[in-house]
Parts: sequence; C-alpha cells; structure tokens
Amino acid sequence: MRVALFVTCVNDTLYPQTGRAVVTLLERLGVSVDFPSEQSCCGQPQFNTGYRYESEPLVRRYAKAFEGYDYIVAPSGSCAAMVRDNYPRIGRKAAAEGRGGELAELAASVVPRTLELTEFLVDVLGVTDVGAYYPHRVTYHPTCHGLRMLGLGERPRRLLSAVRGLELVELPGAQECCGFGGTFAVKNAAVSAAMGADKARNIETTGASAVCTVDNSCQMHIGGTLSRLGSRVRPVHIAEILANTEEVPFR
Amino acid sequence: MPPFPRAAKDAVGDTTLRGNLRHATHTIRDKRAAAVAELPDWDRLRAAGAAIKDRTLRHLDHYLEQLEASVTAAGGIVHWAADAAEANRIVTDLVRETGEREVIKVKSMATQEIGLNEALEAAGIRANETDLAELIVQLGDDLPSHILVPAIHRNRGEIRDIFTEKMARWGRAAPEGLTDSPAELAEAARLHLREKFLRARVGISGANFMVAETGTLVVVESEGNGRMCLTLPETLISVVGIEKVIPSWQDLEVFLQTLPRSSTAERMNPYTSMWTGTTDGDGPRVFHLVLLDNGRTDTLADEVGRQALRCIRCSACLNVCPVYERAGGHAYGSPYPGPIGAILTPQLRGTASELDASLPYASSLCGACYEVCPVAIDIPEVLVHLRERVVQGGPVTVRGTRTRIRPAKGHAAERAALRAATWALDRPGALRAGQRLAGRARRLVPRRRLLGPGRAWTASRDVPAVPAEPFRDWWQRRTREAGGE
Repeated sequence: MRVALFVTCVNDTLYPQTGRAVVTLLERLGVSVDFPSEQSCCGQPQFNTGYRYESEPLVRRYAKAFEGYDYIVAPSGSCAAMVRDNYPRIGRKAAAEGRGGELAELAASVVPRTLELTEFLVDVLGVTDVGAYYPHRVTYHPTCHGLRMLGLGERPRRLLSAVRGLELVELPGAQECCGFGGTFAVKNAAVSAAMGADKARNIETTGASAVCTVDNSCQMHIGGTLSRLGSRVRPVHIAEILANTEEVPFR
Repeated sequence: MPPFPRAAKDAVGDTTLRGNLRHATHTIRDKRAAAVAELPDWDRLRAAGAAIKDRTLRHLDHYLEQLEASVTAAGGIVHWAADAAEANRIVTDLVRETGEREVIKVKSMATQEIGLNEALEAAGIRANETDLAELIVQLGDDLPSHILVPAIHRNRGEIRDIFTEKMARWGRAAPEGLTDSPAELAEAARLHLREKFLRARVGISGANFMVAETGTLVVVESEGNGRMCLTLPETLISVVGIEKVIPSWQDLEVFLQTLPRSSTAERMNPYTSMWTGTTDGDGPRVFHLVLLDNGRTDTLADEVGRQALRCIRCSACLNVCPVYERAGGHAYGSPYPGPIGAILTPQLRGTASELDASLPYASSLCGACYEVCPVAIDIPEVLVHLRERVVQGGPVTVRGTRTRIRPAKGHAAERAALRAATWALDRPGALRAGQRLAGRARRLVPRRRLLGPGRAWTASRDVPAVPAEPFRDWWQRRTREAGGE
C-alpha cells in the first residue's frame, strides 16, 4: 500500500506540527508514508472566491504530484472535500469549455484516492483505538466541510472516545459554522467575527482545555478569536491528539 | 442599497435585531428538525420534489401552455408578463377597470419582487396586506426580512407600538390600552383586517403551486387571511412566477408534505386554499392569472444556476443560515433574503449593481442550507458559480439573448493577489522560499495588527505564530538524517 501525505499549504506553512503528527501516528500504525515534495495547495481559496481558472494549474499539480499512490491522506476535511467535491466540477467545466478532457481525467483519478485522515484510519486501516493518550478535557467542533461535504459522521468522535485519559465534552451548537469560510472572513469580516465570537463563547461554556477539529484553517479562526478574547482554551488538531502516547509524548 | 458587507455590519451591531433573529430562527430550526425526523421517507420525498421540479423546468414551455389552456377552460383569463413593469401595468389596469381604489392582498413574494404595492399606490390604489406579519411590515413602513415571517426582526413591544401609532390611519384603530400579549395583538389585527375583508371587491394573491393539468392554483398559509382574500372579492388577480407550475394534481402530494414541515415545522399547514377558474355562485366572478417571467427564463438558461428555480419558498435555508442570523434579512436588499436570496436575486436581477455582485459572497459556504433544502438545491455550488460570474465574467442570458458579461468592478486587487498566489503555489520552490522568509521574519509579524488585507482579520482575531520550520523542511531534514536522499 503506497500512502502519500497531502499536508496542505496551511499546515505546511503555519501548522507543521500537524503534519509531523500524521507521520508519527501513521508510522506507529505500521503505515509507511511518503511526502511528494511537488505538492502545494488544493486550489480551494481560488476556486471558492470565484477564480476557477486560477485553480486549474493546482488541480493539475495535485494530480501529478500524487500519481501512483494508492491513498492520499489529508489532515484537513476542507481540502479533502475540495478535491472530492470540486475537482470533478472543475474538470467537467474545462471540458465543456472545449479545453479537452485531460483535466477531467486528472481530476477524476485523484477523487477516490483522496481521504481525510479520520476516514483513512477508520475506513482503510479499520482502527478506532490508535493507542493514544491525552489526559485533558476536550470538546470537538465538527468543521463544516468535514461534516457536510465529506460526511465524516462519528469517525472523529469515535477516535477521540478511544483515547485514554481524554474526557470528551459536548459542544453546544456544535454543527454551526465558526465563521471562517476562507476569504469570507475578510470579505464579510463583521459577520465572520460575530460567528466566531459565538463559537468561542460556546467553547468556553464546556470547560474544556482544548478544542479539537480536523481542520487547521477553522482552528486559525477559532484559536485567533479565543486568543483575542483572552481564553485559555487551546485549539488542537485531532492528529496531534492521536499521535500522543504515554510512552512517547508528541511534541 | 449598500453592498451586503456594509449592510450586514450595521445589523451585526444591532443587538435587539440579533436577539430577535437568534431566538426566532433557533426555535423554528429545532422544530423543523423534529418534524422532518418523523418521516422515514424524507430523503425520498426530497429527491422526488427535486425531480418533479427539474422535469417541469425542462419542459416549462409545454406545462405553461397546458396551464393556460386549463385556466382558460375553467373560465379564467391568463396574462403573460415579461418583466416587473409589464406585470404592474397589467394588474394596475385590471384594478382600474373595476373602479375600485382599494384591494386586499394575501402575502405574495412575486408582487413584492415587482414592487406592485408601490405601483398601485402611484395609480391611487391602496393595497392592504392581510398576512399578520406583512401587515406589521406595511404599517411600519418597513421591508420584509424573512420569506415566511416577514416581521421576524420585530419583537412584541415593537409590534404593539406600530399598531397603536399606525392602524388608525388606514382603517380601524388599535384598541385602547393595547398590550404586547400575542393574543391581544392578534385580536387587534383581526378586528382591523375583518373590516377590510368584508369591504374589498378586489383581491390580489400569489400562489405556491399551479397545477397544469387542471388549471388549479394553490396557496398554503396559517392564518385564514388567504382564504378570505381568495373567496370574498368579486375579482381575483393572481400574480405568479412561471416556475411555480407543476404538471399534475398528484405532484402536490410531495410538496404538501415537504413544504409545511420545512417552513413552519407543521405536519400540515392550517389552510390549503385551491381555486380553479370561476364557479357560479361561489367565489370571485372574475379570475385573472398574471404569469410572471422577470428573469426566470434567463435563469433557466444557466445549467448550474437554474436549480434555484426549484425553490418552494419554505425558508428552511434562512433559519439555519449563520450569516442570515447575524446579518438580518434587510441586508440582502431583496424580498428574497438568506441563502436562497443570495443565489436567486443575482440571477433574476443580474450582477451589475454593487449589492447584487456582493450577494454570492454573503456565505461562509458551510452547507447547512443545502442540507435542509427540501428540493435539494445545492446552494453552495450555485454561490461559487455566481462568484465566478462576478469576478471573471462569462456567458449569461439576458432577455433571451446569450451574451458575455465582463468582470464586475472592484476585484482587480483581489484577482492580482490570487493570481500571484497561484503562481507561487504552482512552484513549490517559490512557496518554500516564501515560507523560509516568513520563518526568518516571524518575530517581526505582529499577531494583533496586520496591515493591508490582513487588517480585517486582526480586527477581531489574533494571527497564529509563524513556525520556525515549515513542514517540508522538517521532512527533508528527517529524510537526510535517516540517511535517505
């Protein structure tokens, strides 16, 4: 089984520890992971802002960088959803505009192989107890694209529930968007901030010491809001929880 | 109207408005979820509703002609209106012919869309809204802010004040010492409206559905005002968007289940009124149907955007939308607010104005609207499609003619930035150089006040600290240390 890590540009640049956690975790589970260095960004910022043409070179790059791998694992529900939901659209539209079927074929080739981390763990490896240890009170925010576009369902919560020492507490209004939404956070800053503030307040009421998600872009928004409000709740990516064991703490 | 972000910003600062909206949308949201969960075949009903609407839209010309023939055979008169001006002219002329100066209306989104009340007023005709929420909006010289609950932005105290101050000007005054109890407010409206129902000789309605095979129009409502408007006047004029046609009587079976559960969380709506042409000794003597296009066939020509025409105006998408909840309905500058408005309005009106070009961006693309839509309109897909139209231009149909529009103004800097981003991201070497530069300068990056486009971010959020080493450098170092490449 050839497995590649799609670390995502946000994680690569701002949250490298999430990428390291995925590598640590998968290797502990006996999976050898590769990191094709030709990868960069899935093209979501361009595509979702309306710049479809600008996303096309990145679709092509993604397909070529991950050619030949059985699975492409991404520690981001949002970026995995971009590939699975929107790549076929981008390919179809390019073909409809008379630019050949090449992009459509490239896009189609990566769709079934691209999985979000918790999907890979539960569906492919068939594990829910990864042997992790995390002695903290944690609340889980299901990020929108993981929840609704990928349909991750209970997978992340099942993984978290099996972590020793971890107390999982319910987040009120969990399924409501945190207000990030990519360029939405800047284009509609007031509404985005109001949504973020409500999310932060809900997180505070749980008494958790950490808020966990499968998406660091949402964490950037949630964590930035919590930090501005002077909260002590830390944002933490699920991979960093799952990578941590009693014997080998993940740092 | 200002563009959405500016109007929304004002609404976000209005704590009363936000409180009213939050309370109302969360209440309906929870009730809807429970009502939908009762039906084991909800997913199939949803798919059936989408399929019926899609099939009808594919053969819209056929079903509209069938409808016209059925309505005519039943004694009704059909008028075709290409746009708002034509529809207003038709209705105004029809009312003038009756010699009446006052009409009663059942709530109708189509007539709001075309500005019929204003057109009638200009012709010296007073249109009285009879839906309770519409009455509140009309008396308050206000605009509706929700599809189903047009006065959702008002609380009881505000409604009491509007009734006390304004009712007398248009008919029976509010009772002395009116309080803000719902029962008293409803009774005041009932007394005020009853006089109008009994006096009116012309009624104006919209319709939720039009059945092509029988020529039957259907209105669903909760207060009984619709039934009054549809049966008491001598002349009835219905103004309906052409996308409201469905092929057969049997098709109603699906929508009469999905619409009430999605909108008011009821298993069945309290009043379902149906009228077919005219009948001797029962109901209006004269029935006119004005079929309204006003951008609908142009919308139909767009392969992605046309799914917006499936909409049955249930408002479930508004009630789950986190953006609508904070921004309020007025910020959308249209009778169609919320997620459905954000995709319908820029298609019906075009994206030429600054407001209409900003509407496709009035969403975080969280997808909650798509999840609840009873006819499965993929609203996020259409939003992104329309964003593309705004920033890149492209093919559109305007009044039946295929044309290409240019990108909307004001996106040059954004386009340059995203193009530059693509350039760098398509060159991992450049991306890496940028990351290393940021890593070296990381202590210089302020976490609380960025300049340029980042300023909007740091108004309410800190930025994450830039790490010393990006992931790809760590990977390379690790591979090297392991004696690899």
